[in-house]
Amino acid sequence: MTTVAATHDHAHDHHDADHHPGFFARWFMSTNHKDIGTLYLIFAILAGIIGGGISGLMRAELAQPGIQYLTTWAAMVEGEGASIDQAYHLWNVLITAHGLIMVFFMVMPALIGGFGNWFIPIMIGAPDMAFPRMNNVSFWLLVPAFILLLGSAFVPGGTGLGAGTGWTVYAPLSTYGSQGPAVDMAIFSLHLAGASSIMGAINFITTIFNMRAPGMTLHKMPLFVWSVLVTAFLLLLALPVLAAAITMLLTDRNFGTTFFDPAGGGDPVLYQHLFWFFGHPEVYIMILPGFGIVSQIISTFSKKPIFGYLGMAYAMVAIGVVGFVVWAHHMFTTGLDVNTKMYFTAATMVIAVPTGIKIFSWIATMWGGSIRFTVPMVWSLGFIFMFTVGGVTGVVLANGGVDNYMHDTYYVVAHFHYVLSLGAVFSLFAGFTYWFAKMSGRHLNEFLGHLHFWVFFLGVNIIFFPMHFLGLQGMPRRYPDYPDAFAYWNEIASIGYAIMAGSMVIFFVNIAYAFLAGRKAEGNYWGEGATTLEWTLSSPPPFHQFETLPKID
Amino acid sequence: MAGAKNHDYHILPPSIHPFVGSMSALLAFGGLVMWMHEMPYGGIVSSIGWIGILYTFYAWWSDVVKEAQSGDHTPVVQLHLRYGMILFIASEVMFFVGWFWAFFDFSLFPVPLQVVDGAVEIIAGPNSVTQAAGQFPAKGLEVIDAFGFPLLNTLILLCSGTTVTWAHHALISNERGGKLTGLWGVIGVGENDNLKKGLWITIALGLLFSSIQIYEYAVAPFAFAGLNYSSAFYMATGFHGFHVFVGTIFLIVCLVRSYKGHFTPRQHFGFEAAAWYWHFVDVVWLFLFVAVYVWGGWGAPVHG
Repeated sequence: MTTVAATHDHAHDHHDADHHPGFFARWFMSTNHKDIGTLYLIFAILAGIIGGGISGLMRAELAQPGIQYLTTWAAMVEGEGASIDQAYHLWNVLITAHGLIMVFFMVMPALIGGFGNWFIPIMIGAPDMAFPRMNNVSFWLLVPAFILLLGSAFVPGGTGLGAGTGWTVYAPLSTYGSQGPAVDMAIFSLHLAGASSIMGAINFITTIFNMRAPGMTLHKMPLFVWSVLVTAFLLLLALPVLAAAITMLLTDRNFGTTFFDPAGGGDPVLYQHLFWFFGHPEVYIMILPGFGIVSQIISTFSKKPIFGYLGMAYAMVAIGVVGFVVWAHHMFTTGLDVNTKMYFTAATMVIAVPTGIKIFSWIATMWGGSIRFTVPMVWSLGFIFMFTVGGVTGVVLANGGVDNYMHDTYYVVAHFHYVLSLGAVFSLFAGFTYWFAKMSGRHLNEFLGHLHFWVFFLGVNIIFFPMHFLGLQGMPRRYPDYPDAFAYWNEIASIGYAIMAGSMVIFFVNIAYAFLAGRKAEGNYWGEGATTLEWTLSSPPPFHQFETLPKID
Repeated sequence: MAGAKNHDYHILPPSIHPFVGSMSALLAFGGLVMWMHEMPYGGIVSSIGWIGILYTFYAWWSDVVKEAQSGDHTPVVQLHLRYGMILFIASEVMFFVGWFWAFFDFSLFPVPLQVVDGAVEIIAGPNSVTQAAGQFPAKGLEVIDAFGFPLLNTLILLCSGTTVTWAHHALISNERGGKLTGLWGVIGVGENDNLKKGLWITIALGLLFSSIQIYEYAVAPFAFAGLNYSSAFYMATGFHGFHVFVGTIFLIVCLVRSYKGHFTPRQHFGFEAAAWYWHFVDVVWLFLFVAVYVWGGWGAPVHG
């Protein structure tokens, strides 16, 4: 090795800390974790606008009983004379697209690809990711994946245009129930997004295990790093099973295998097992990085180290491990026998223990702290409150017996939107407002930030809290129409959507303000409580940071 | 500070491969959808995409080899590569878990099926309420004799695992070069060059395995479509076969690189990664052989 090291200065011109490549090389050929993180964030915002816009269509349709707009929209995409069945199919396409876009193209790219890429290397004192070039293919594979998913809306998918299978793509609806290329495009979209995430997971695990600065032991890592480490393991082990499951769908659809077709001895419930073996870890994949972000922020603005650091870290490990053995609680109504239901009920309840450790440790961190109610802090407080609500309804649903009644009602929709739209998304906004000035060098407006939070908080609660009532009253999910009895709370939920959408205008105005007139940010603009390594760097950090590795005491 | 890199990590220059590879993937999979639905140009579009993907693989790994040769792979970067390969293999294990899951679902919870003259039908129960007893594989299905070619293939793969280990030990103890004598000399392998000998034999065994597998598919007593047993059998063994194919290419690349003298006793991660991958493929086969061929076909009529 020493002999080759002497001939090694050929690449040194790329090592200049502030030497940026030209536009095309910088953004299309990037090997820089911060630029790739920025690409992920921009991608996630665009996907979020599309996925959020689709939910607007859904709330518009659901504002009143009866079919309001679906037939008009169906005529727009299918041409004049679209049948009512095609209109109903369009509804299925909308719910499918909303789910897949928000999960695979908004939350995951933003939390893991965006914030993970930006801050994991910096927080452990590394100059970049372990595999910078593979990092870029993780991002760019999302682009064809997203194109395939969006494109599937314009090709036949059975009853009408587009893949109308739900984000779970259950057989047999997704096999002989959906002839035409749309579902195949959605399947390949998931294959590519999955490959992207697996490579990202390999990259994060290797980076975290192998590139920590001298003195940065595992037990000194910031909790956001811990959260992404656990998330990456979940991705690595769960996604390949989804890949196998959707490959079986593909061959059942196109090549005559009968994995899920009882006529050839196949088993439709097998698909559900395979899907949820992936799908349940997937929901922790979406929330764990949020846990990490909130931990950093609560600690910073309480001016205290996090309470029970090791317990917090290993609670996430426990959630990750136990998350692999609870999947069938999504399948309580598929005819599981009673003993199996009892096991999955009990195992699911166990997850409440480490989750409780996290909630109480956040509160204990604030206890006696010198709390500053900055914008990221109020998002984090909102996260704790709303995520707890979602967690508590989760404990209700975890009961196999209770779930017989609740399954596929709006109660479930309310539950998972409280942990995702009010949990994961709150943590996204918390991280965004916490780190925006670090990434861009410009401050967001504090007042607009608070205004955005309160209007958004109001809006999403008005959307989703009434859904608990609708669900308990028995309103099933995934239908575009409902009896008059459900009209009251549905109308209120749709008003909540309008409020939420208005708050997003404030958010984008705030970003525009920051770029046009935002104050320049100093290195550690949060002051004393901000102790992780990103606050030792300038805002924005140099193109390559830590050319001399920091030493951690 | 600017410009002075005081660490051993590998900071890479910009690269076009990820972008080209991803856009090729769009063509490859978009074209595949078109081809599966018999639309015009589907095959051509998909082929262009796959060519782009294969080009990306070639160009990308060529860059990696060049970087390794120019000394960018410091000890810590080599450790990155080890972690990366182990984690990749872990994800591959979970991929096969999915296929085994399907197989065990079908075999442990059998349904009453029978095959009559190649057609699959459900065995009627004694009355409209009670089902007939389940059976796996389906009644009347002839299975492949596990102790014929599959056992031979098991021995071939196990044997290839030893030859690749032999090559590895030869590399570590620097058994390379020597006089070109005899038949080995004709193909440029010196008499002391157990690295190349081991690789040649491993590759030959890999190709032999694949040939036997292809022959076995060609004469298999059951078709691909229409039945749970055949679906699980062909997809599980087929994905394994694909991995053998990929592993063989990986070993061929290593053989070419050993002719170029790329590997030294101290730095040869490319070889080790190929060996790890080969062992992984070997282990998957052992599970397939025991579970699918021997246990899965137990008691079923064996194809003459």
